[in-house]
Amino acid sequence: MAEDTILQVNHLRKSFGTHEVLKDIHFSVKKGEVVSIIGSSGSGKSTLLRCINMLEDPSDGEILFKGEKVSYRPKDKNRFRAKVGMVFQSFNLFANMNVLKNCMVGVEIVNKGSKEDAEKLARKYLKQVGMSAYINARPAQLSGGQKQRVAIARALCMKPELLLFDEPTSALDPEMVGEVLEVIRSLAEDGMTMVIVTHEMMFAKEISSRVVFMDSGVIVEEGTPDQVFNHPQKERTKEFLSRYR
Amino acid sequence: MNFPTTFFGWVFFLVEKYGPDFIRGLGVTLQLATLGTILGCLIGFAVGIIRSVKIDRHSSVISQTVLRVLKAFIAVYVEVIRGTPMMVQATVIYYGSMAIWGLDIPSFSAGILTLTIHIGAYFSESVRGAIGGIDPGQMEGGQAIGMSYLQIMLHVIIPQAFRNLIPQIGNTFVSAIKDTSVLNVIAVTELYFTARTVTGTYYKFFETYCIVCAIYFICTFTISRILKLVEKHLAGSSNYELIAEEEVNE
Repeated sequence: MAEDTILQVNHLRKSFGTHEVLKDIHFSVKKGEVVSIIGSSGSGKSTLLRCINMLEDPSDGEILFKGEKVSYRPKDKNRFRAKVGMVFQSFNLFANMNVLKNCMVGVEIVNKGSKEDAEKLARKYLKQVGMSAYINARPAQLSGGQKQRVAIARALCMKPELLLFDEPTSALDPEMVGEVLEVIRSLAEDGMTMVIVTHEMMFAKEISSRVVFMDSGVIVEEGTPDQVFNHPQKERTKEFLSRYR
Repeated sequence: MNFPTTFFGWVFFLVEKYGPDFIRGLGVTLQLATLGTILGCLIGFAVGIIRSVKIDRHSSVISQTVLRVLKAFIAVYVEVIRGTPMMVQATVIYYGSMAIWGLDIPSFSAGILTLTIHIGAYFSESVRGAIGGIDPGQMEGGQAIGMSYLQIMLHVIIPQAFRNLIPQIGNTFVSAIKDTSVLNVIAVTELYFTARTVTGTYYKFFETYCIVCAIYFICTFTISRILKLVEKHLAGSSNYELIAEEEVNE
């Protein structure tokens, strides 16, 4: 395995009952890469991402983080998750905390940082996502795009080595998609390692260093955006992409 | 001595004569209800939270076993208490503590104990419901930044569940006031017991119980109004202040 591989997924399988959602997935991410996972609904993209962050227990296979096999013991799991950020389709901001506190809580409680450090970090990243003005607001008072930007800031406060996005713009009104994608784009420019499950084809094409196309629980095709979008090799890929033209 | 001849005549007579006794009885009732609600809700929280814990099959065998045993024990407690009348529970506790351990606990203490375990069992189900009603995304949001199950519970889930439970605590207190009346079977000198004593002198059942009824109602009605106000206050403002541009750029 290459030195700069940050995440390696081997023989990953996941079944819900008799339904096999992921079938022997091999997948890896190098440091600094932006990998987009595309595919139709039900193809297993989100499940793969949730398995990576251990929100789902895989039925079989292993996940290596920086060459080390991740353990599912609660303590190890939490330590791993602190280093791997995740942004959800449904934001999942803490409803009982204001914007600032949402971003501080991880630093204070998980990373045992001081209140001052937590606040400094929170303000820094909230500024980066353009949400400084809203630090006193509660999540329920924000628009979807604003919530998602706060969720990204919350993940950034943990200084993640890898950031996972699970359809970050799917729950947003069309006019709010842009503001969120803009934030993700700037992260890509800063060299953040990211895995993005998305239906925004243009965006994936533009910012990804690699695109993975999944269908029925297998990785059908992967390569550079140019390879996958402009010269797809597999029939299934061509068929899927034709719907986005 | 001239006795009153009308209903209201008797009511005034009894209030005048036994007013202080009724007030004393009400005092005991309120003490029982307050202590029972506070202790019962504390137990309810503990039980409800433990019942909500999902056993993580990746945690150690010891902690899984401890949790399973605790959950089984708690399930028995809740089912037994919810499946038997409080009046019977009171007698079992009062006479049982004597029969089994030879303990002669005062009837007031037995009353508090009865109310506590009774309210605890019922309230635990409300707590479980309130926790179960929180969006699972809240748990995942915490997990995604590496918070432990306990940390997410303490900082995210329970505060939200608690907020939803405030009205339920109020309801529990109001019904506790009424439920204390069954404690007369173990001779706790609460309001209903006082009334029973009063009827023993003049045999004016209807008049006496009308007075008691009015006292209960005034009491519960006032308290539920106050609780409504408290709830409104706790809901807080729905407005927030934007931070000015200059401050942001500091």
